[in-house]
Amino acid sequence: MAPVVVIAEQLGGVLNDVSLELLGKGRQLAQGLGEPLVALLAGDQLDSLAASLRTADRVLLLEDEGLAHFTPDAYEQVLAEALKDLEPRLVLIGNTSAGMDLAAGLSGRLNWTLAAYCTDLRVEGTALVAVAQLYGGKLFAEVELGTSAAIASVIPGSFPADAVKSGEGRATVERLPVKLPPGRVRFHELIAPETSAVDIKKVPVLVSVGRGIGGAENVEIAEDLARALGGEIAASRPVVDSGWLPKARQVGKSGMTVRPKLYVALGISGAPEHLQGMKDAEFIVAVNTDSSAPIFETAHIGVVADALEFVPALTERLTAGA
Amino acid sequence: MANATRTVWEGLPVWMVVGFWLAAALSTGLFFLGWTVRLRKYLRARRVHLENVPSRVLRAARDLYASRTVGRRDWFTGGSHALILWGFTALFIGTTILSFDVDIVRRFFRGYSFWKGTFYLGYKLSLDVLGLGMVIGLLLMGARRAWFKLPRLNYHRVDRRPEAPRRIYRAGDWIFLSWLFLLGVTGFLLEGLRIAADRPLGAQFSPIGSAVAAGVGAVDLRSLARPLHTGVWVFHAILALGFVAYIPYSKAVHMMASGFNLMFRDRLAASRLPEAGAVPTAYRTLADMSWTQLIALDACTKCGRCHEVCPARAAGAPLSPRDLILDLREYADRTIGLRTPATDRLAGALPKERAARLAGGVISADTLWACTTCMACVEACPVGIEHVPMIVGMRQALVEAGEMDATLQTALQNLGKQGNSFGSSGRLRGRWTQGLPFPVNDARKQPVEYLWFVGDYASYDQRLQEVSRATARVFHALGVDFGILYEAERNSGNDVRRVGEEGLYEMLQEQNIQALAKCEFTAIVTTDPHSYNTLKKEYPDRGARYRVLHYTELLADLLLDGRLRFEHPVRARATYHDPCYLGRYNGVYDQPRAVMKAAGVDLVDMPRCRANALCCGAGGGRIWMTETPGQERPSEQRIKEAMTLPGVDTFVVACPKDVTMYAAAAKVLGVEDRMQVKELIELVEAAL
Amino acid sequence: MNLLVPLKMVPDLVEELTLNEAGTGLDRDALTYKLNEFDDQALEEALELKALHGGTVIVAGLDTPDIDQVFYTAIAKGADRAVKITGQFDPLVDSWTAAAAMAPVVASLEVDLVLAGVQAPDDLYGQLPVLLAGRLGWPHVSVVSGIELDPQARIARCHQEYSGGVMAAMETALPAVLGVQAARKTPRYAPISRIRQVMKEAKLEEVAAAPAADGGRPKVRRLFKPESQGHARMLEGDVTSQIEQLVGLLAERGLLKVRV
Repeated sequence: MAPVVVIAEQLGGVLNDVSLELLGKGRQLAQGLGEPLVALLAGDQLDSLAASLRTADRVLLLEDEGLAHFTPDAYEQVLAEALKDLEPRLVLIGNTSAGMDLAAGLSGRLNWTLAAYCTDLRVEGTALVAVAQLYGGKLFAEVELGTSAAIASVIPGSFPADAVKSGEGRATVERLPVKLPPGRVRFHELIAPETSAVDIKKVPVLVSVGRGIGGAENVEIAEDLARALGGEIAASRPVVDSGWLPKARQVGKSGMTVRPKLYVALGISGAPEHLQGMKDAEFIVAVNTDSSAPIFETAHIGVVADALEFVPALTERLTAGA
Repeated sequence: MANATRTVWEGLPVWMVVGFWLAAALSTGLFFLGWTVRLRKYLRARRVHLENVPSRVLRAARDLYASRTVGRRDWFTGGSHALILWGFTALFIGTTILSFDVDIVRRFFRGYSFWKGTFYLGYKLSLDVLGLGMVIGLLLMGARRAWFKLPRLNYHRVDRRPEAPRRIYRAGDWIFLSWLFLLGVTGFLLEGLRIAADRPLGAQFSPIGSAVAAGVGAVDLRSLARPLHTGVWVFHAILALGFVAYIPYSKAVHMMASGFNLMFRDRLAASRLPEAGAVPTAYRTLADMSWTQLIALDACTKCGRCHEVCPARAAGAPLSPRDLILDLREYADRTIGLRTPATDRLAGALPKERAARLAGGVISADTLWACTTCMACVEACPVGIEHVPMIVGMRQALVEAGEMDATLQTALQNLGKQGNSFGSSGRLRGRWTQGLPFPVNDARKQPVEYLWFVGDYASYDQRLQEVSRATARVFHALGVDFGILYEAERNSGNDVRRVGEEGLYEMLQEQNIQALAKCEFTAIVTTDPHSYNTLKKEYPDRGARYRVLHYTELLADLLLDGRLRFEHPVRARATYHDPCYLGRYNGVYDQPRAVMKAAGVDLVDMPRCRANALCCGAGGGRIWMTETPGQERPSEQRIKEAMTLPGVDTFVVACPKDVTMYAAAAKVLGVEDRMQVKELIELVEAAL
Repeated sequence: MNLLVPLKMVPDLVEELTLNEAGTGLDRDALTYKLNEFDDQALEEALELKALHGGTVIVAGLDTPDIDQVFYTAIAKGADRAVKITGQFDPLVDSWTAAAAMAPVVASLEVDLVLAGVQAPDDLYGQLPVLLAGRLGWPHVSVVSGIELDPQARIARCHQEYSGGVMAAMETALPAVLGVQAARKTPRYAPISRIRQVMKEAKLEEVAAAPAADGGRPKVRRLFKPESQGHARMLEGDVTSQIEQLVGLLAERGLLKVRV
């Protein structure tokens, strides 16, 4: 037996969506290979979370007070032990921050092959094939994962999560013995972003600014448009890093994932880290001076123009006539 | 009349004469002391070598006495200053002649004196007239200062530093004016009293003196004329000797320092910046500035012309060329030169150490980065100060320390990697030619008559690519044999140098020279005035000497040859904006105008045109920096200036960055329908 | 404190990426290379830490095209030593091979902390900091910012960044490897004149790589460019016309509110 193992991820008692995406895909792959699907989760007080994982055939918990918070060292060690015993064919991990630490770490520790940044996986006969993203999505690689144990780290959002209904499985939940290693890496505390009055995840219209708007003094132009559209302002990472807007407004991989009805991207080039946070918005309008900016691949409507000229005129048109 | 003369020291007791000599010794001593301190300041500075000293002296004398620099665009000040200068010079020479006669000639040639007769009468007449001129000039200057409310005389600081008390400046100005005025007035009073007392022969050759004497008679003081004369003489002597001592410690020093500076100045300084070599070009501390530059600092009279014409200051940026010079001067005085309570108070917040940083220390980085290197300050300065090379030198220190705008840093990194400031692939440089119905020759592969150096903006900016194609079509239609360098061309480096990244400039320059060395061509033609400046003026310092033309010069030549004929003259009433690097820097004013007029344009110049044109604000790397929020951009002010011209609806430019800046300005002002911005080549194409 | 920063060259995406004939790799001739931007961040962070705590900054990299220029630039910025690992390396050397080649070199150099860029654009086999840590047997934390050092206690503190702006403050014993997401300030500028001076004066050290064992990497069948999954509908015309079109589209979808 060489199961497909999904390493689920949780933060603060909440299961990361990517875990459900991987379970769905994992089930498909397991069926294709004729192998069972195992969900593996490390942490503390995992009962409620375990229930969500029961669509797998087995749910294995590595539960210990010392694992209450993710640290690369301890998690890697206990997961490696568990994986060695399981002798899987394929291990699926989400390509999140913690996932990056774990996937490459396990690959190194166990000397198993790793394909990172996967966007797709499929079974071809007895072979496993992964499609991985390179150069920010400008190029894709099709790789063969071989017949011995392999790890694939998958970009969140590659597979649908709602195909998996939680709690429908009849899997057994087992607790594995945990031997904690000496703590070389210690967790101190979780730092939440400064709470803002506005939760951009709940706002139906977002006007988002990128580096292309030029400077903090131009943020006002976007704010005016946001007001005219009845929405809020958001930003890409460079804007937040430069201090033009607070972190609570950041959209992207290390910011918020948003699904508004309308997302207006101003001066945003469309780096994958940003796209990850907004690609599922219902209607995306992008304004950029560069006609070959990647954002135009994701947006529904594109305008090649200087946002500093276009936006005030648009705002005026909306407030004057609409 | 052959014996007309006057007795020197007449009526003065010996002790008074002796006292005079003692006081003279004292005042001369103070004068030399003051100058020694200054000289020590200059000697501590970096040495530079000056060439052509005699022609420099002659040229400076001509500039001064023809009032060319002071009188430029300001006949009132030019005229008043000329009166004062001629008058003072005459009186000074007069006193020298007299003392030469009295102390040397009469002593060594017993009894012989030339100071009599016709010579004496001519001497008296000249001095009277010129002396009156001086007094009138001073009165006019006083009136100007007191009543004209000139913006250039507003000493308010724009760089947001705490205001050091500038009342001291005003006090100094008035003391200087009044002192000289009093000297002149008491001098005439003295002459008048003597004439009233002595009634000498030939008094009519001293018209002013005679008038004063008549006045003395009218108020019936003739009997007291002699004792009054003595009294006024003492007063006048104290004033005069005091003035001599006062010169090196006050604004009066400009009388000498400005003269020297006009001798030492380098008209090309900003246009042809020094090559980095054994002598470092970065101005990190005061010791890096040259002695000619320290003299320049002393030559500043606070006239305020540079302050007035600076486009950065006009846009509300924290740069005033005047304050830059004055800050450097006050810092220099405090640390290596003259130190008085006044200089201390003026220096105020400036550093006290001799080796303090100039860039980011004495002068703030914001001030230095605000400069567009348009050279209006250098052009306007009546005493020949070159502000721009100082700013560039200090910027080099900022670049060394990596203290720059993030956008500027990105632009420099792009220039280093791809040879253009946009960061676009260098391989795409020639892509703009693809929209043309004919191939553009590759100058790397075949000889051409004119190698067209296109420039970054004209190659990569979408709107400007249209202008480039128009230029190519015009050249093609005129049968000009031209080619471009395609991917081998790099940014010419002009603005990179002016931003202070000298190493990157050298690298770009080397790459361009290498590419050009492999080509065969008669001349380089360029559509970019910035490239024009460095290719023509600075590349020869690297041994790369080419004949360089701006395209308007080429068109003007073709016009003269008859090869350029306009079949469909445009009927447009337009104004022309002289690009800084074409006009002020390189004197090309007439050729664009000739071409425009031949094309049928009814040309109306703006009030500030030619050497006095207002910069668009993009030069000196400013286009690569984030805009400092200010009042009104210079480009917007310029469009407004154009709109004051009746009937003018077209704004013609001859520089790619000008097109970008002015089109944006017209859009911001909302006047695109009333004032169209056009590149000159577009008019030419329409008129062919 | 001895800090080591691995440097890697990646394709400059300003140029078009073209595939070789077989479709198994990129056409190396068409590429220009630049330093991986996250390595630049790691280097800046290392230089800042050196300014705070003293010590040395060593930059290390595999012998690939244009790496020399990057070394000189790093030294011009303030790095103390540059170590070039020689061997027959593909210009686009993968992270697994790089980790294998670097680990013995790092082990030999008495390094307290390795600061590596969190990822490179072609990290098919995983990210260098973690792979390297695995080979060295050192603790690692990736995707970090807000790094602080305590040389006395021999620990490094950092913030691991998660989505939603959440961060976990952690500390690790030294020696360790950190995958740097962002330095505390923008990477500094190195003036060309200083780089040129460095090129004249500085020496790059060279170390031969140990022969690499094979394995650990899945086989690449082919590379391909994505079919555009649809492209935005671009609005044509001048600004006024574009605005009218956009307003129309928004109104159609009921996205315009009546202004209150």
